[in-house]
Amino acid sequence: MKVCDLVKTLNLTVFCGEKGLDTEITGGYTSDLLSDVMGHIEEGMLWITMQTHQNILAVATLKDAAAVLIVNGTSPDEETLQKGREEAVPLLGTTHSAFEASGMIYRLLQNGNG
Amino acid sequence: MLFKFELEGGNFSKAGYASSQIKKVLKQLAIDPRIIKRVVVALYEAEVNIVAHAWRGTVVAELDADKISLELKDEGPGIPDISLAMREGYSTASEAVREMGFGAGMGLPNMKKNVDELTIESQVDIGTTVRMVTWFNKEGA
Repeated sequence: MKVCDLVKTLNLTVFCGEKGLDTEITGGYTSDLLSDVMGHIEEGMLWITMQTHQNILAVATLKDAAAVLIVNGTSPDEETLQKGREEAVPLLGTTHSAFEASGMIYRLLQNGNG
Repeated sequence: MLFKFELEGGNFSKAGYASSQIKKVLKQLAIDPRIIKRVVVALYEAEVNIVAHAWRGTVVAELDADKISLELKDEGPGIPDISLAMREGYSTASEAVREMGFGAGMGLPNMKKNVDELTIESQVDIGTTVRMVTWFNKEGA
């Protein structure tokens, strides 16, 4: 499943990083601890988090995440958005909680692969 | 090749810049992507440590044909007990830093896991120097 398919299916907000919408999602990781994400997320995964500050972009781009999904209806900080416009990693948003979003996306990815 | 970057304590907007620049260079040199990922994780954690704990610091990356050596030198509070700091889950990060999702006590352990050599020298109230070396073709050679 591509990032753009996920955006359509779950009606997600695209804050920035449109260049990366064609990236294939290989899995996901849900965490708000940046070191945990640095240690565990793999290339092509979707990162689900409630963090909104600009360091999420550094972590996501360094680890080649497919996209970052910000939960609970919050938006990225202004600096994050400004920086994010230069990056190819999409920042997405949903009103769902991390638990709900993870569950829905897990199911979608399982069905997509099965 | 030698690269040098500056870091300021508390300025999180700069954390990650050195890592992303080094990542680009290693990619251009067609280094094994698995090695690039490990170097980048270690360097990012080390950058964040300086921003989160120290007053200022520098990153020097030296690239040779067979290895990358990273030296992160800071002026800061230092680490009184390095073995305690190496313990997973141990952190002295401030509340503000923790709210950003840092300070989980995983930085130094993550660095150790991702490089071939890690040495830390520290003096309380003076600063810390972290040196990390990663070989490019450790298994292949």
